[in-house]
Amino acid sequence: MAVTTDTPTDDRSSATDAVQAPRKQRASGANVGFGVIAWVVAILFFFPVFWMVLTSFKTEGDAYTPTPKLFFEPTLEQYEGVFSSGLGPYIANSVAATVLSTVLVLLLGVPAAFALSLRPVRKTSDVLFFFISTKMLPVVAAIVPIYVVVNQIGMLDNIWTLIVLYTGMNLPIAVWMMRSFFLEVPGELLEQASIDGAPLWRTLREIVLPIISPGIFATALICVIFAWNEFFFAVNLTAANAGTVPVFLVGFITSEGLYWAQLSAAATIAALPVVLAGWVAHNKLVQGLSFGAVK
Amino acid sequence: MTATLEERPAPAANVGGAAMIDRAEGWRRRAPLLPALVFTIVVTQIPFILTLFYSLQSWNLVRPGSQEFVWFSNYVDVFTDSQFRQVALNTVVMTLGSVLIAVALGLLLALLLNRQFLGRGVVRTLLITPFLITPVAAALLWRTVLLDPTLGLVNFVLSPFGASGTEWISQFPLASVMAALVWQWTPFMMLLLLAGLQSQPSDQLEAARVDGASAWSVFRELTLPHLRRFIELGVVLGTIYLVNTFDTVYMMTQGGPGVASANLPFYIYQRAFLGFDIGQSAAMGVVVVIITLIAASFALRLLFRSFSGEEELT
Repeated sequence: MAVTTDTPTDDRSSATDAVQAPRKQRASGANVGFGVIAWVVAILFFFPVFWMVLTSFKTEGDAYTPTPKLFFEPTLEQYEGVFSSGLGPYIANSVAATVLSTVLVLLLGVPAAFALSLRPVRKTSDVLFFFISTKMLPVVAAIVPIYVVVNQIGMLDNIWTLIVLYTGMNLPIAVWMMRSFFLEVPGELLEQASIDGAPLWRTLREIVLPIISPGIFATALICVIFAWNEFFFAVNLTAANAGTVPVFLVGFITSEGLYWAQLSAAATIAALPVVLAGWVAHNKLVQGLSFGAVK
Repeated sequence: MTATLEERPAPAANVGGAAMIDRAEGWRRRAPLLPALVFTIVVTQIPFILTLFYSLQSWNLVRPGSQEFVWFSNYVDVFTDSQFRQVALNTVVMTLGSVLIAVALGLLLALLLNRQFLGRGVVRTLLITPFLITPVAAALLWRTVLLDPTLGLVNFVLSPFGASGTEWISQFPLASVMAALVWQWTPFMMLLLLAGLQSQPSDQLEAARVDGASAWSVFRELTLPHLRRFIELGVVLGTIYLVNTFDTVYMMTQGGPGVASANLPFYIYQRAFLGFDIGQSAAMGVVVVIITLIAASFALRLLFRSFSGEEELT
């Protein structure tokens, strides 16, 4: 993709032509050096994650050694142990809260983003301002009344409480993000369709939807990441019935030290779905978290 | 009222026509927006109004029937609470410290990754992974496997330098929490700044290089000014997300020892759910909201400037 942007004017390249990368681009000596540094830093950053996964396949004896063990006989006993200590229902809760809140976000957010971009309402910027301002209010300031109200209506430790709250948490981000995708739809296309007399819903389905569906997918992944990782509401509003995976991990605080391998297995399971979603959506992550400001 | 007063991009604007048609059209445009708007108002705004109301009451959950209206005495308590001031300071240090370090490291990484080298895609994938790890899991990992004084990886690596046995979590609780936060947020800053670097027009850079400008002066005169907006955006976004940090504090230090590593979200949580003091924690919540609103009004202006300069950012 960057074949044409490569500059052959680098004065250091001639000396190091021998160490060319086996690609089309010509890597200068400086770039090889920077490449090595980048690899070292990347491995350093990734190492804790690698170590977590590695530890999850150890026995507790192998995990808890003065000299960390790189080689050992791998075992699945920690994963079995985590599931037999009751992780299953927590995963089910996390999946329910994540999937259902994301579906709700899209159902509410797609029409709203449409009404803020392609067929803008009056005071569009005020509405956008309102949506983004809700993300600036610290959630901790709302937890007390939320707890009191949820308690009064008997919805404590109920998964639907989390679904509603996660929808509220992700909707502003989704609206902003999807709006930025809608704005990429060329206006002439819509005008042309309306001149041709096509009904609006058909225009949407046949012209707009194919253009924005990658954006909707990316938005959904961002919502999945946030909902799956959410902890504050979950730990304060749920317990044994509706607890999510992060709440399950709290149990390891008290048993610190003795169960590193099992803790690593639980942490790996907790992290895995989001890491996969993030790897898929990595080039849309910035767009999502910057509310669509950066593409 | 006529609709023509408004100046905004309306690709399919209904120009001519009576006010009746305008109004019907207005509602047709508004209809798709309303469910999301109403939902957001109910879920996010009503709790804040209730917070305001509760903050004027003396109400402790462990003493049923203790609820009474006390006006501003909760606020007086908050401002005379020396722990609250300590915690507020911790919040500023934790948030701004982590954000600034993450932006600085992210900038260095972005500059590295903006070059061509073998396996760049893999390197980027490895680098963003810490950002994706569930914060609760990451904090647990830091607390045990990485920072454990006797068997942790960090002390093992540092033992040749005579640092073995350092009790990171209890001796440097705030710094330990910040280390985990920086580890998680540097990748995001890198991605953001990388997007900024890659949006820089390459012909401009080439022209400068042909003119014989040194790499450093190209960076200072061209790249840095271009990146400025992205750096600002990174600071703003990082602050918005990190000021709410709760999971990392909860899992790593529980705010301790004392309140040495407690930030406002954790402290309010303690007051509400361990002290059951509804009135007082609501008052703290209001104070936090006011501080945040002041900070956010700057942040919002900046974000909107980023959007109005959209062509620069795309």
